[in-house]
Amino acid sequence: MTTSKRGFMESAWDFFCSLKLSISLLIGLAATSIIGTVIPQSPPREYLESISAAKIKLYSALGFFDMYHSWWFILLLYLLTINLVACSVKRLPRIWKFISEPTLIFDDGLEKTLSLTHQFKMEGDAATLKEKMAAFLKGEFAEPVVTEVDGEYHLFAQKAPYSRLGVYVVHLSIIVIFIGALIGSFFGYKAYVQIAEGTSTSLVYKQGEERPFDLGFAVRCEKFSVSFYDTGSPKEFKSILTVLENGQPVSGYENIPIVVNSPLTYKGITFYQSSYGPAGDGAVYYFTAQNSKGGAPVQVAARKEERIPLPGGAFMRVLESTQDVRPFMPMFSGPAVRIEYLPASGEPQLVVLLRDYPDFDRQRGGELIFTYAGADEKFYTGLQVAKDPGVWVVWAGCSLMVLGIFIAFFLSHKRLWFRIANGRVTVGGTASKNQPAFQLFFDGLTEKLKKM
Amino acid sequence: MNALLFYSTLGLYAIATAAYLAYLLKPQPPLGRAARWLITSGFVLHALFTLSRYLEAGHTPITNLHESLSFFSLAVVGVFIAFERRYKVLILGSFVTPLALLLMLASSIYPSNIPELPPALKSNWLLVHSSLAFVSYATFAVAFGAAIMYLIQEHFLKKKRLGALYQKLPSLDVLDEINYRCLTFGFPLLTIAIITGAIWAETAWGTYWSWDPKETWSLITWFIYAALLHGRLTTGWRGKKAAILAIVGFGILLFTFLGVNLLPSESQHSYDRLLGGVDK
Repeated sequence: MTTSKRGFMESAWDFFCSLKLSISLLIGLAATSIIGTVIPQSPPREYLESISAAKIKLYSALGFFDMYHSWWFILLLYLLTINLVACSVKRLPRIWKFISEPTLIFDDGLEKTLSLTHQFKMEGDAATLKEKMAAFLKGEFAEPVVTEVDGEYHLFAQKAPYSRLGVYVVHLSIIVIFIGALIGSFFGYKAYVQIAEGTSTSLVYKQGEERPFDLGFAVRCEKFSVSFYDTGSPKEFKSILTVLENGQPVSGYENIPIVVNSPLTYKGITFYQSSYGPAGDGAVYYFTAQNSKGGAPVQVAARKEERIPLPGGAFMRVLESTQDVRPFMPMFSGPAVRIEYLPASGEPQLVVLLRDYPDFDRQRGGELIFTYAGADEKFYTGLQVAKDPGVWVVWAGCSLMVLGIFIAFFLSHKRLWFRIANGRVTVGGTASKNQPAFQLFFDGLTEKLKKM
Repeated sequence: MNALLFYSTLGLYAIATAAYLAYLLKPQPPLGRAARWLITSGFVLHALFTLSRYLEAGHTPITNLHESLSFFSLAVVGVFIAFERRYKVLILGSFVTPLALLLMLASSIYPSNIPELPPALKSNWLLVHSSLAFVSYATFAVAFGAAIMYLIQEHFLKKKRLGALYQKLPSLDVLDEINYRCLTFGFPLLTIAIITGAIWAETAWGTYWSWDPKETWSLITWFIYAALLHGRLTTGWRGKKAAILAIVGFGILLFTFLGVNLLPSESQHSYDRLLGGVDK
């Protein structure tokens, strides 16, 4: 019983240490990740209505609608982590021993394993040669360790032995990044808030939660502005924000402009420019109405949907407005409104007015000619609110990963051995990476030795 | 001026590709030298085009398909020239320059107007993140070329038909070495590109990772090349298997670059509309 149990434990350990598992997990993660890019995640209702009920049942059972958080995908990530740890635990002690207890004796067995070796005849007794070679190695490569065995001298020198650890630094960095992500998911949140210009709020709405969450401080939107390119595509969205504690502005956090790519952070909570829109019915639209037969124009101020009386028994009502008419009428630009005009007698008419084309309404040939002078319109700014205490752990992991990858890919563990025996000097060397470059170095070294 | 530079580059790449293909059939040193000279001059003109476009637009010219495809091609040619200098395998050009030419031809199909920069792209990360990504793509493109050569060469060896082409292609060892070298440059570059992308996403969208299709596909590419790197540690994965995986990896990478646009759109968040069609 105990033996089979032990056998199971051992085979489980071997399973988790295997390189085959690493490769299968990497390819498995790559293959399954595709699912979430083909099936919409947290899909909108229109999508759900477009597929069959059986499909919906199957997809929800398999967690395909939130695939990257499904139990099996998370399981794959955990397996990868265990695999990383197991591989490192198994191999690290060996590598450590390799670094800390290098082979100091340059015997025949070692010589046979090296592809780069060279032998010279040299004048002088072994002790003098040893001193000479040790000084040479120190000057050209690295300080050697000298060992004497039966009157023979063995010199060993190495460079960048720690480059062998690079790959474990990368493995560690992945675990650090995972820890950062876990911290973020347990102690952080993502929320959204809309703040109308001139108002403030301390309540934000967390993802997937109905009830608002109190930040403990308030944010006031002083102003929101949007600018456009000539083609009508947006150029910049800008909110001016002030942080309030107990209703009082916090110094250093007053009138801070935020745009996309430049958020505001206060007490670990970051506000990102995310969207915008008209703030309810706050806007007041200004018009003039003039009789086509002449006379002084009449000034009209109206709120949306408000029925406004006009001279001569007519009425008007603002239906909708836009900051930029180009998407609807590509020939024109600038703000526009659509109003309903109810003449004293006759059918109601829909009239479009353009602020930057005051004569536009003359073409209609109506009894009254309108111009639109613009609106005193208020916006709300839509802010993404995020708290993620794990983000710095993630960045630390990323830095560690870049460092580890640099060590693992670009630093090479180079080793040189010299043996001095019977008036002969034997040189051997090897490098863990970029053997051709090391060979050039080795050839240069032996050339110099020949000239000594 | 821009159009002149663009079409001169396209022309030079076309002639260089023809020269490299001719070299494949008749490997004479003068022809090889001419091909190398042509591709290098093409590269210089291409770099000038990209620079002039940068100055005219005021931002890195990689914000629409015309610019991105051209930038990709520039990176492929640049990385190829570097590898060619290093490994002295001129014939690699016969397999890589057609790809650069193809990318330029694709670029020429798309409108060359200078796009207005949507708010999300107004960041210094645009230059850093995107150029790192494209150089890593280019390195994998060279690996792709070497992998195809490997499979052809291997095919000849198996059939024992050591014909003319066999003699012209480098040995399997050299090709496998190039494949591996590309991986050792491409993988770190891809990693840094993904990390800079995450930093950028954090400042622009408030989250360093949101499983957006582009992010996911770049991670898929990373997984595949990581698998290849680990596979190479076991002897069975060198050579042919590594070559096949380098080809598969490049296919996935092309999908990450272009195919992601074909996927059903994911998000209904208001800021997606707000940020406009972002060609990451």
